[in-house]
Amino acid sequence: MKELSNSVCIVGVEESDEVGKLPGVSQLSLHLQACHNAVADAGLKMSEVDGIFTAGQHSPALLGEALGVNPRYVDGTSVGGCSFIIMVGHALLALHHGLCDVALISHGESGRSGTGVTRGRDTSLSGQFEMPYGFGGAPTYFGMITNRHMHEYGTTLEDWAKVAVSTRAWAGLNPKAMFRDPITVQDVLDSRPMFYPFNLLNICLVTDAGGAVVLTRADRAKDCAKKPVYVRGAGEGTDHVFVTEMEELPLSVATRNSGKKAFEMAGVSHGDFDHIMLYDAFSSGPPIMLESLGFCEPGEGCSFFDEGKSTPGGSLPINTNGGGLSYTHSGMYGIFPIIEAVRQQRGECGDRQVPGASLSLVNGMGGMLSAAGTIVLSNQK
Amino acid sequence: MELKRPLPTPQTPEAKPYWDGLKEGKLMMPKCDDCGHVFFYPRIACPSCHSRNVGWTQASGKGKLFSFEIAHRSLNPAFKIEAPYILAMIELEEGPRLMSNLINIDPDPAVVKCDMPVEVVFEKQNDDVTIALFQPAS
Ligand SMILES: [Zn+2]
Repeated sequence: MKELSNSVCIVGVEESDEVGKLPGVSQLSLHLQACHNAVADAGLKMSEVDGIFTAGQHSPALLGEALGVNPRYVDGTSVGGCSFIIMVGHALLALHHGLCDVALISHGESGRSGTGVTRGRDTSLSGQFEMPYGFGGAPTYFGMITNRHMHEYGTTLEDWAKVAVSTRAWAGLNPKAMFRDPITVQDVLDSRPMFYPFNLLNICLVTDAGGAVVLTRADRAKDCAKKPVYVRGAGEGTDHVFVTEMEELPLSVATRNSGKKAFEMAGVSHGDFDHIMLYDAFSSGPPIMLESLGFCEPGEGCSFFDEGKSTPGGSLPINTNGGGLSYTHSGMYGIFPIIEAVRQQRGECGDRQVPGASLSLVNGMGGMLSAAGTIVLSNQK
Repeated sequence: MELKRPLPTPQTPEAKPYWDGLKEGKLMMPKCDDCGHVFFYPRIACPSCHSRNVGWTQASGKGKLFSFEIAHRSLNPAFKIEAPYILAMIELEEGPRLMSNLINIDPDPAVVKCDMPVEVVFEKQNDDVTIALFQPAS
């Protein structure tokens, strides 16, 4: 894959018209808004899109129909919220081989309001082996990983709280973020107990939102509206679905594997990044991801969230959009950290711009660290 | 009698020996006849060596609390056990991990500890369904 590094670029990114609490907008409308906005951001026409990549309740076929596009290439990889990050790598391959020329990766979810949504999925395993005991919903699972981490490494509730505090500080600089008022470690500890070790402020928002990303080959990217952002590396992995089957709990094999592949392809190492986006469904996720990716020893991930490190103006900014914890989290959050990393690489982020950002890491999980996607993005070849 | 828990459903054919065992007060686990791997949840092939010669073994019911959460609410309206209650991930001494509840202990992180020894308790839900709960080992 190394020879494909920098061969394609992200040329368009955008959310739905609004993100947040949107009971008047259907899930399909959120999705279509994001697609149209991202294609417009790229300075392209919808009729030029010929590769459709999406996960969630809308199949690529339905999305193609709804957009009025007959794609030459489709990908419906569905391994949870990181599917969109993984699709960047898939789009790279499809573009490289000429299977499509303009790839659209997209997401739309009325996760909060459920407008225009019917629910239904296979629960035969969790229905038998988890739900009789009160399991169901991500907090009932991710806390297991989190608590075992505390047991093995001595991580404290205060350590996790720092992640929420840092992320909120960034949200204060993002006008689109749902919660923008600063919080303290004590605020997190004092928030409503939900599922120990999680209090309310350790857990992501539930919102309505869409997002989309447009990619094309580097030669064509020069003609698009905005400065191209090169995909320098991409990697993916899966490990388990049921937390009981998580191989190295509390660390994620999927995350480690996805990172290794992406870093090798990009020819970069941990110390090269000046901006990091991590999928924060829970405050404990980003530190565990950093540990699993090899940024530090297991148990040391929370130290990245000290004031002056991950925080605004800090030495290694993390989750600069305000994250799933404070900006938006519609359900499958993975499209949004890509959008933020591209904006940082373009220098479009205003008050929250990381000065001189030239290498962004995007890592996300699907399920409970079950699957993972990692991409390395840069404004330079 | 009002049910306080969602009953396990749909029970899959490959899991029948597990559910039948619980009704008789036995904790049955799938075991690979080729490599000896004991695993959970029930599947028709061994996830370790990929053999399809899968049989069953009776677990001792002893193990440890691998991890836990203290739930202050339920996200499922069909689950009516009063909060706080303990969501438990049990690691059986035979190796497999399974989800359950830890009962007969104060739901307080000062008391409940990862790796504490636990033992199975069978709780009948109705004539068709008994489930495996766990309590601190005696
Ligand atoms: Zn075997």
